[in-house]
Amino acid sequence: MNTPKSNQLKRTSLYDEHVRLNGKIVDFAGWEMPVQYTGLADEHDTVRNKVGLFDVSHMGEVRVRGRGSLEFLNKLLTNNVAKIQLGQAQYNVMCYEDGGCVDDLIVHKMGEEDYFICVNASNTEKDFEWMRQHAPASLSLENVSSEYTQIAIQGRFAAETLAPLTDASLDSIKYYWFQQSSILGKPAIIARTGYTGEDGFEVYIPWDHGPKVWQTLLESGAGRGIKPCGLGARDTLRTEMKFALYGHEIEKDLNPLEAGLGWVVKLEKSDFIGAGALRRIQETGPKRALVGLKSLERGIPRQGYKVEHNGREVGLVTSGTMSPSLRVGIAIAYVERDLSAVGTTLDVVIRDQKVRHEIVTTPFYKRPY
Amino acid sequence: MEFPSGLYYTKDHEWAKWDEKTGTVTVGITDHAQDSLGDIVYLELPQKGRSLKTHETFGVVESIKAVSDLYSPVSGEVVETNAKAAEDPSVLNRAAYTDGWLMRLKVADSAALSGLMSSKDYEIYVASLK
Repeated sequence: MNTPKSNQLKRTSLYDEHVRLNGKIVDFAGWEMPVQYTGLADEHDTVRNKVGLFDVSHMGEVRVRGRGSLEFLNKLLTNNVAKIQLGQAQYNVMCYEDGGCVDDLIVHKMGEEDYFICVNASNTEKDFEWMRQHAPASLSLENVSSEYTQIAIQGRFAAETLAPLTDASLDSIKYYWFQQSSILGKPAIIARTGYTGEDGFEVYIPWDHGPKVWQTLLESGAGRGIKPCGLGARDTLRTEMKFALYGHEIEKDLNPLEAGLGWVVKLEKSDFIGAGALRRIQETGPKRALVGLKSLERGIPRQGYKVEHNGREVGLVTSGTMSPSLRVGIAIAYVERDLSAVGTTLDVVIRDQKVRHEIVTTPFYKRPY
Repeated sequence: MEFPSGLYYTKDHEWAKWDEKTGTVTVGITDHAQDSLGDIVYLELPQKGRSLKTHETFGVVESIKAVSDLYSPVSGEVVETNAKAAEDPSVLNRAAYTDGWLMRLKVADSAALSGLMSSKDYEIYVASLK
C-alpha cells in the first residue's frame, strides 16, 4: 500500500520515514500522507495520554513583509492583527465579501511588519492567490510552503520530548506564543499551538532538516511512549475538541459567525473584507448554530447525515466519528438556532434510521492536566 | 496478510466457508478488509430468517474513520448471526476468519460458491489492488 498512486501527488520531506514506519499512505489534499501507523485508536490514545508526533508539512506557509503588512492583513482577516504582539500567534479567518470563508489560518508576528501565516494544505494556492490580488505593490508576499517541514509534537510529554533538541526555553512559550530559535542547530519557529486539545508544539524547520528532527524526536520521546500519528488520529482528536476543519465546519458558503468563530470576528476594528455581510448576519441573528452532538443510542454520525427534530429536517452533520476517548458517537453539526441549546434532543438519520442524539457542551473532551 | 485455503472469497473482500453437514455457508470479512478499515467499532447484521441474494447488502461495518457495506457472497437464508461480534466488533480486527464471523446462510447447494475466488486467486486479486 506504500507505493505511490500517482506521480502528481506531492510528498513531504518525511515520506520515507512514514514508509519505514509502516504508515498507511493515502492521498490527502494532493499529498501522499500517512493516515495511520499502528492504528488510529492507539495513536489517538497515545496523544491523549503520552505524546504523539505528526507530520503536518502539507500545511502551507505564507510570509508577509514590508510596509503596510499590518494594514493589509487587517483588511484581509476578521481578527484584529494589530493586537498581536511580537512572538505571539493568532487564530484567524479570511473571508469573501459575502462573509463566506476563504480559509482559517494562524498568523505569527515575527517582527514589525513581518508575519508568518500557516494555512490549510488544500487551500494554500487559493489563499495565496487571494492574498496576491489584494496586496499593495509595496509588500513582499511569498508562498514559502516548500521551504518548511512542519512537525507537531502533541501530548503531555511534548515539552520534555522537544527540550533536548533545542536551546529555546520551552517553559516560557505560552499557549499561542512562539519563539524563533533553533532545533538541532538549524533555525526553527517553535510555536505552542496544536490541533489536538493537548499541550504541545508545532515547529517549522528547514525542509531538508525534516528527517533528522523527526528521527531525533522519536528517539527523544521513546522513554515516554512516543508514537508517530497519522491524519486519522489528527481528525478524531480535533473533532473531540470541536475544532473547525475547512471543508467541514467552514467553507466558501459558510460564515464564521454561524461556525461559532465569532470570537475571532472583530466587527468593531477597521473595515475588512466581509465585514459588511458579517455585520448584517450579526444584526439579523445567524440562522444556524454549530453544535456538538453525542449519540444516545447505538450508531455513528458521519459528515453529510441529516439532523431532524420531530421528523423535520433541521440540520446537517459536518464531522462525525466514534470518539476514541469517550467511546460513543459524536458529531459537529449545523442546526437551526432555535434548536441549538445544550440538552436538546435531536435525531441524526443514519441509513434511514433515526438515532437519538443530545446537544452537549463542547469540547467533548477536556484534558485532565 | 492471511488468505486461509478452504475458504471462498469475493471481490468485496468477504469470505465464505461451506459446511457440508449443515448445508450452511459462514460469512465474514477478510484480513485485508479489516486491515484496510482499521479499528472496527460498529457492526450492523441482518435479522434471522431474512433471505439474501448474491451481492445483496446485508449489513454495515464501520471503523473509526470509514463506513463500509457488507455484501452477501451467495444467495441464502440467514439462520444465525454473530451477536458477540455485534457487541464487540473489534473481534473482526483480531480474528477476521474465526471469532469474527458475521452470519450463517442456509443455501440450496454448494454450487453457489463456484463463482467465488479461491484463496490463491484472492491473494493475487489483493496484490493487484496495490
